[in-house]
Amino acid sequence: MTIKIGVPSKGRLMQKTFDWFAQRNVFMERTGQEREYSGAVNGIEGVELVLLSASEIPRELAAGRIHLGVTGSDLVRDKLASWDDKLCEMAFMGFGHADLILAVPKLWVDVDTLDDLDAVAAAFREKHGLRLRIATKYHQLVREFLRIHGVADYQLVDSQGATEGTVKNLTAEAIADITSTGETLRANHLKILNCDPIHQSQATLYKSRTASWDDNSLHVLNTLKEQLKL
Amino acid sequence: MTQEICKSSVLKEAARIKEQFEAHGAISVEAATLLPAEMLLDLYGEDIRSRAYVTDDPVRGEIMLRPDFTVPVVKMHMDQGAAPARYTYSGLVYRKQSADPSRENEFIQVGYEVFDGTNLAAADAEVFSIFVKMLAGLNLRAAMGDIGILVAAVKGLQTTERRKNALLRHIWRPRRFKAMLERYSSKGEEARKQRYLRTLANQEEPKAPQIGLRSQAEIETRIAALKEDAQEKSISDTEIELLTDILTLRENLPNAVAVLRDIAVDLPAISDAVEQLSKRARAMQEQGIDLAMIDFEGSYGRTSMEYYDGFVFGFHSVDRSDLSPVATGGRYDALTSVLGQGSSIPAVGGVMRPDVVLRLQEALQ
Repeated sequence: MTIKIGVPSKGRLMQKTFDWFAQRNVFMERTGQEREYSGAVNGIEGVELVLLSASEIPRELAAGRIHLGVTGSDLVRDKLASWDDKLCEMAFMGFGHADLILAVPKLWVDVDTLDDLDAVAAAFREKHGLRLRIATKYHQLVREFLRIHGVADYQLVDSQGATEGTVKNLTAEAIADITSTGETLRANHLKILNCDPIHQSQATLYKSRTASWDDNSLHVLNTLKEQLKL
Repeated sequence: MTQEICKSSVLKEAARIKEQFEAHGAISVEAATLLPAEMLLDLYGEDIRSRAYVTDDPVRGEIMLRPDFTVPVVKMHMDQGAAPARYTYSGLVYRKQSADPSRENEFIQVGYEVFDGTNLAAADAEVFSIFVKMLAGLNLRAAMGDIGILVAAVKGLQTTERRKNALLRHIWRPRRFKAMLERYSSKGEEARKQRYLRTLANQEEPKAPQIGLRSQAEIETRIAALKEDAQEKSISDTEIELLTDILTLRENLPNAVAVLRDIAVDLPAISDAVEQLSKRARAMQEQGIDLAMIDFEGSYGRTSMEYYDGFVFGFHSVDRSDLSPVATGGRYDALTSVLGQGSSIPAVGGVMRPDVVLRLQEALQ
């Protein structure tokens, strides 16, 4: 009996995940040919590596098709409603830090806070007959944040990439996106609103609550937890 | 939760309720299940996406599964010319329940809507008393509020039109409303000044290039508004206290009318709205309703019923407070003008949940 652990299939996130586990004497590696998505885990019995796109790991965890998974907390919270019913956080892994923030044109000298954004949204709608557009791919997180803070008269427009360019391209008035340094924002003449980030994301190890946990898999889990000192 | 109530008995109960509405002169109407998302988004804002199901049509664009009947029924009525009418309908509505997955995400609503401007108080009392009589014996708590009084109170404040409009825009978002009221009070004076000074400081920085639809002129207009607000005196503590008294008022209806009349002495702007409430109460009494049994709540209807702008009401089970309200309703005059493209007609109505009625009957047996 094995438990399946889902890990991002490429890039820095995969490498850092491998490093994090290696520091705890769990050795993950990709096997087979260079482009083949298969992997192996050494240093512990009964753990099977599943390489997946980071954005699919929340869904697989929620469905219980994998027992454990590593992904950004932003993805879990945006993609899963009542996420904590379906999975739980086992470890914050200390890398992949990024803040989900709201940004507006730097030109808007009259806008620094959510209060300002809300007031401007009302005036903008009256003037242009259009709810103020905020480009993002984090629809749930942004909508919930704006609802709690009582911002009205806006709309979310979907942007899956190059979100910082949408204002210049006249497809949005403001954006909500992940940033770590803010450099891309500055280069695109945007400034971050002066409020708490919508979410502070980092790579997190999750356990699925919906996967089948029998005695064997629980035994493997406990051994793994000991080794990871969790 | 008690066990599932079988669908056929809910349908039977829905038909029974609808027949009673028809007996009061309502014409039976149907509404589309799939509504253009844009119409609902413009009315309720982006928040509706977390409550209603959105899907795509390759030709018609974004479509929403109807979260209620009021909007399509008002639209239908206004498209036909807005003459006085009474309608009833029965059918499923669809709601996402991400906050509480134990609640139904599809359920039947049976409604009764009155489009008639001849006597507002009488129309309010008609709807309310029909509901009271049909729901008798279920051990319910009847609650009501009046958004019209809140609107009148805000409009009557001794302050700028801009501030009043900003407050009116957020009547249905209590937290934002409260924060805003505080910012306009003496407590917020320093913050208002700082706000304007920050804008001045931002202007000292190297000018950023013009990007996006919002023009320099719009920015200038807002700066002028911030300047005006920084110089404008605060809304007085007395007025804020009076407004807070209205918002936190919880009394039975006769007492509430008395309290509101007292408040109207210091805040005369609400006098007409309070008179309207008192006329409604009298009309209810003429229908044989015991007014002392009705709870009046100053903030009732502020969180979930954005299109109601006057009388609002709901019936809640005393024994099963975990259940959704068995019936809700209210007045939505403004909605008819938003959807009526120029024309409007006073309108009031309510919906009943046959499944909740059955659950309560079952619990009482």
